Amino acid sequence: MGDIRDSHESDLALFQPILQTGRWFTITAGALGAVVAWAIFAWLYQLTHGLGVTGLNRPIYWGLYITNFVFFIGISHAGTLISAILRLCQAEWRRAITRSAEVITVLVLFFGVGNVVLDLGRPDRALYVLWYGNPRSPLLWDVTSIATYLTASTIYLYLPLIPDIALLRDRVPKWRGLYRLLALGWTGSERQHRRLETAISIMAVIVIPIAVSVHTVVSWVFAMTIQPMWHSTIFGPYFVVGAIFSGIAALIIAMAIIRRAYHLEDYLKPVHFNNLGLLLLVMSLLWFYFTFAEHLTTYYGGEPREMAVFSAKLFGKYAPFFWAMVVTNFVVPLVILSNRRTRTVAGTVVASASVTVGMWLERLTIVVPSLANPRLPYARGLYMPTWVEWSMMAGFFSMFILLYMCFTKLFPIVSIWEIREGREKGLAETRERIESYLPPGEGVSRE
Amino acid sequence: MARWGMVIDLDKCDGCQACVVACRVENNVPVVGPEQTEMGRAISWIEVLSVIEGEYPHVKIRFIPRPCMHCDRPPCTAVCPTGATYKNDEGLVAQIYPRCIGCRYCTNACPYTVKFFNWFKPEWPPQVHGFNPDVAIRPVGVVEKCTFCHHRLQKAKEQAKIEKRELREEDYVPACVQTCPTKAMYFGDLDDPESTVSRLSRSTRAFRLLEELGTEPKVYYLSEGEWYGGHKG
Repeated sequence: MGDIRDSHESDLALFQPILQTGRWFTITAGALGAVVAWAIFAWLYQLTHGLGVTGLNRPIYWGLYITNFVFFIGISHAGTLISAILRLCQAEWRRAITRSAEVITVLVLFFGVGNVVLDLGRPDRALYVLWYGNPRSPLLWDVTSIATYLTASTIYLYLPLIPDIALLRDRVPKWRGLYRLLALGWTGSERQHRRLETAISIMAVIVIPIAVSVHTVVSWVFAMTIQPMWHSTIFGPYFVVGAIFSGIAALIIAMAIIRRAYHLEDYLKPVHFNNLGLLLLVMSLLWFYFTFAEHLTTYYGGEPREMAVFSAKLFGKYAPFFWAMVVTNFVVPLVILSNRRTRTVAGTVVASASVTVGMWLERLTIVVPSLANPRLPYARGLYMPTWVEWSMMAGFFSMFILLYMCFTKLFPIVSIWEIREGREKGLAETRERIESYLPPGEGVSRE
Repeated sequence: MARWGMVIDLDKCDGCQACVVACRVENNVPVVGPEQTEMGRAISWIEVLSVIEGEYPHVKIRFIPRPCMHCDRPPCTAVCPTGATYKNDEGLVAQIYPRCIGCRYCTNACPYTVKFFNWFKPEWPPQVHGFNPDVAIRPVGVVEKCTFCHHRLQKAKEQAKIEKRELREEDYVPACVQTCPTKAMYFGDLDDPESTVSRLSRSTRAFRLLEELGTEPKVYYLSEGEWYGGHKG
C-alpha cells in the first residue's frame, strides 16, 4: 500500500475504494443482501406454487415482470451506447464516466434476462428457446440480440479495464491471482497500447448498432402483434429513445452516489453532470415528441379498439400512471434541466430520479392497458401485482446495487489509465484537434 | 386433406352452456374455484359470451359461444418462441404442452383471447371421478386451448383405417357440437363444397369474428341482422 502512495499520490482516491472498505459499505451491503434473500424466498415460493402467486390473469398475461424486463433492458443503454458514442466523438469529458456507465450495462442486461425467466410458467424449460427455436418469433430475435449485446458490452467493458487491472496486479496486495489472470500479461508497452486502442475503437463502432437493435427488438415483441396500441411502427425508435433516456438518468444517479461515497469530487465534476444533464434534456424532448406523435395519431384515427386503450390510459384506470409519467419524464426534467442554475449535481440527480420513475411508468402503461383492453371486448381484466412480484422487483434493484458496489471493490470505477492518458496526451491532442478545426488566425496561432 | 371448421348458428343458440360442460368433461379441463375465477383465471376452452344490447326496459341478451377460431393465419403460432403452438397438417392450431415454456406470448398475440394458462397445478373437486383417458392433463405453467377435440379425429382416423375406408364427415365431431341441444353447431370440412359447414359458411347470414384482421378464422357464425358494434364481424 505504501508504494501506491509514493508513486501515485495524484490518483490515490481512485485506488481507495479497493483498498479500504468503510462501515457504511458493510451496512448497506448487509441491508441489500437481506432484500435479495427475501426475494429469493419469494422466488422459491413462486417456483413451488406456480405463476398463480402473481396478480396476473386473463387477459392481463404480462405485468410487473415484463415491465421490469423492458425497463432494465432500457437502463442497460446507459453504458455501452453512451460510452461508445462519447468515445467515437472524442468527447474528452467522457474519461471519468465511461467505466461507471459500462458496468451498468453488463449488470443490468442480466436482470432484464432474469425478469423474463421469472415470468416463464416453466422456467425449467427456458433453454427450449434454443433447442426448438422458432425463427419467426420476435422472442427469439430478442434472445439473439440480447445475447449479442451482452457479449459485446462485456468485451467492451473488459478491454479498457486491462491496463487498470495490470496496475492493480502490480500495486495492490489483495486479489493478486485474479488480477494476474485478468491482466493477460499487460506490460503497458507502446505496441500493446496501440492494439488496445484499436480494439476499443472497433468495439465502440460495433456496439452502437447492436445496442440500437436490442431495444428495437424489445419493442417488436409488442409491435409485431396486432394488439391495439402495440401494433405501431413508431415503437422501434420510441423504445430506443426511451432506453437511452432512462439509461442516462441511471448513469447520473450512479455517478452521484459514487462521487459521494468514494469522495471522487475531483474526478466526477459538476461539468460531467451539466453535460449529461443537457443530454438528458435532449432525450426528454425527444421522448415527448415520440409520445405526442404516437398518441395524437391514435386519437386522430379514432379506431374504436385503439381508442379503448387510449381512453384507459389517458382518462381511465391507468390515467394516474400516464399523467404521472408525463410529469416525471417531461415536466420535471424540462424545468430543472433547461435552467443553468438548477442544472447542478443535485438538480440533475433529482431530474434523473424523476425520469427513472417516469420511464418505469411508461413501460407499465405500454404493457398493461393494451392487454386489459383486447380487441374482442368480452374478456376484461384488472391487474394488481402481489407481494411476490413487488419482492422480486425489490430484489432485482437491490441485487443490482449490491453487485455494482462489489465491482467498485474489485476494480477502479473511474478508468485510471484513461484519466492519466487524458492528462498526458489528451490535452495536447485536443488543442491540436481544435486548432485543426479553425482557419489560421491571430488568436489561434498566438496561443 | 380436410379443412376442419365450425359453424355456429347464433339465432338457434339459447345460451344453455351444454357445450361448455361437454367440453369440460371431454377435455379434462381443470376447475379453478370461485376465488380464482373472480381473478379472471377460469379455464374454459369454449365460453358462451353474453352480449347485452339496448337500454332498459328494451333490453336484449344475445349469446355467442366462442371456441378457438383455429385461424388459417393464426397470429399465435408465429410468435411462439419454441414452436409449441403451431398449425398442424389438418389446419388445426395445436399446442404441444411438453414444449410450452409458459411465456404467454401466444395468449397476448391472440386477438380472440382464447388461450388459457395454468396458473397452478390443475385440480378438480372431489366429485369428479375419472378423466377422459384420450386427453392429456396439462401441467402447471403451460398454455392450453380448444383443439376441436383433436383426439376424436385421431380415433376416427384409426377406426376408418381398421374398417379400410375413407374418413366420413360424420366420423369426427367435437364434443360441443355433439352435445348442443338446439343443434346450433355444425362441424365438418370447409373445403368440401357439399358439406353442411361449407354450405352454411357461404350463407348470407354468415360472418366471422374480427374478419378485418386477416386471421382467416375457421369458425363461422350465422345471424340474421346485426352483430356487436352495430355490424357483423
